[in-house]
Amino acid sequence: MSKADIELLREKARFIRTETVRLITIAKSGHYTSIFSAAEILSVLYYHVMQLRDDPGWPDRDRLILSKGHVAVGVYPVLAEKGYFPKEWLDNYARLGSPLGDHPDMRKVPGVDFSSGSLGHGLSIGVGMALGLNRKKSPGRVFVMLGDGELNEGQNWEAAQAGAHYHLGNLIGIVDRNTMGLDGLTEDTMSIEPLADKWRAFKWEVHEVDGHSLTELVDVFDNLPRNSDRPQMIIAHTIKGKGVGYMESSRMWHLGNLSGVDAEVTIEEIMQNEVG
Amino acid sequence: MKSAELELQDKESWHLGMLRTQAHSAIAARVLSDLADQDERIAVLTADLGYSNRTVEFSYRHPERFFNMGIAEQNMVSVAAGLATIGYIPYVATFASFLGLLSCEHIRTDCAYPNLPVRLLSHHAGISLGYYGTSHHATEDIGIMRTIANLKIVCPADAYSLEQALKQTVDVEGPIYFRMGRGREADAYEVGEPWEYGKVSVLREGGDGVIFANGILVSAARAAATALSQEGIEMTVADLHTIQPFDVEGVLSLIEGKSHVFVAEEHNTRGGVASAVADAMVDARVSGPELVRIGFPSDEYSVIAAPYYLYKHYGLDAEGVAERVRSTLR
Repeated sequence: MSKADIELLREKARFIRTETVRLITIAKSGHYTSIFSAAEILSVLYYHVMQLRDDPGWPDRDRLILSKGHVAVGVYPVLAEKGYFPKEWLDNYARLGSPLGDHPDMRKVPGVDFSSGSLGHGLSIGVGMALGLNRKKSPGRVFVMLGDGELNEGQNWEAAQAGAHYHLGNLIGIVDRNTMGLDGLTEDTMSIEPLADKWRAFKWEVHEVDGHSLTELVDVFDNLPRNSDRPQMIIAHTIKGKGVGYMESSRMWHLGNLSGVDAEVTIEEIMQNEVG
Repeated sequence: MKSAELELQDKESWHLGMLRTQAHSAIAARVLSDLADQDERIAVLTADLGYSNRTVEFSYRHPERFFNMGIAEQNMVSVAAGLATIGYIPYVATFASFLGLLSCEHIRTDCAYPNLPVRLLSHHAGISLGYYGTSHHATEDIGIMRTIANLKIVCPADAYSLEQALKQTVDVEGPIYFRMGRGREADAYEVGEPWEYGKVSVLREGGDGVIFANGILVSAARAAATALSQEGIEMTVADLHTIQPFDVEGVLSLIEGKSHVFVAEEHNTRGGVASAVADAMVDARVSGPELVRIGFPSDEYSVIAAPYYLYKHYGLDAEGVAERVRSTLR
């Protein structure tokens, strides 16, 4: 991975953040900090890791399930940039009849691999996809982007059992461990630690990384074992709101709206900050 | 005793392995196994009930497309949705209480909303689990499923109609909720009688009223009509097996000219097929006939008894249906 390659991924993460600010301005409400914590992960997945083609329906593609569906606003600009749908769609985000809403709809948005929004479902969907791809001997892998607060949902652990039971080495979970849900710290609201031990106990192979370090992310994804008989879980330690100083680790910006000059100042800060 | 197998002496004795011959719900596994010989898309999932619903038979013939998901039904429904995106037609089999009730949101959000071809084999519906009690009953599932967009609902009455239902719907777009009994229902159909997905099946015609039945109530309604005929009461009996899409035209044409419309179902009288018929009547401004709901009392939970006695207790057998018709028309 050259310095230029890393710089490109950094630029894409910036793009995800600035577009998020722009789109939320249109809707007047959105999940800034949950997207910002995942920006580097999304950048590395879409611009380095995932095997994709111009046809978003290519059967052997890698899939990404946005189990934390409220990260979708950060993904739409990426999908548009990949040419899966016209960029003009973004300009009408969340307006009456738009295919693009706060949570993604696979029937409306090319490039979205599954409709999501109801937390706790995504890993099970991923188990089904990974099972199917396995049985069809497809090289496609399934990535599932999970929120950390989301792990309170019991269904995750049903899926964890199933993923290990069926030896789904082509299933890769990524926990965006930004430590916070809407009401505050996960460890105050409903603790999920010891998280890595839990996944290990469920017979998953666990990798822990700094979820904002592009080199660490690239390294962990590049070195995922192929043909493993264990599902893989990447716990990405992140900061909620990363990239915008006044949002970092703030509970208040889980939801909010930046209008006019506030959006401009924030975009300026994102452009100046060097994350990763 | 250490012998490998107890040789059963009493004819009332049984074990799970014997359901293979006793339960005709096994027909589902056989039909699906046959279909799967030709159709690579078909897969079967169950939640540690393979010996009960006999999906284990599918696992013998198509082990690579059989997935036992353990006692985790919500996960199972979501996994099926994931499989469907890869090109499979997954048939998900477990008790109705754990599909239509426990996994309701998963059916709606993961199967129906993306309109994926997941088939829910929701067996032991209604009160057919008898003295297992309310936790294992499902008398509300049609009411819930009926309001979910994209979801089709089919309620076969016996082994023959279940076979028809499965064979005719393989290529139906989107998800289907098959509401099934426990697999020991009396035959409601002669083999070869017409049964068409999406169309109400007229089993008997008479001018004194119409009984719409489904599931276990079809054979009951048929037997009731035969008994009533001997008393000079001639009833039309129709199997309203496809609840979604609802055969509005077929139902209304059978109601036309009748003074009484009976709906017999193993479901709460509120929200089920009776309500679906009522909707059709109101929407078409059919106000003449009296609508009589023969079903499970909406504001109660079941008493304890074996299924036979429960059906009798709640008037959901041939005698109960006949008596309700008789007393209404009298």
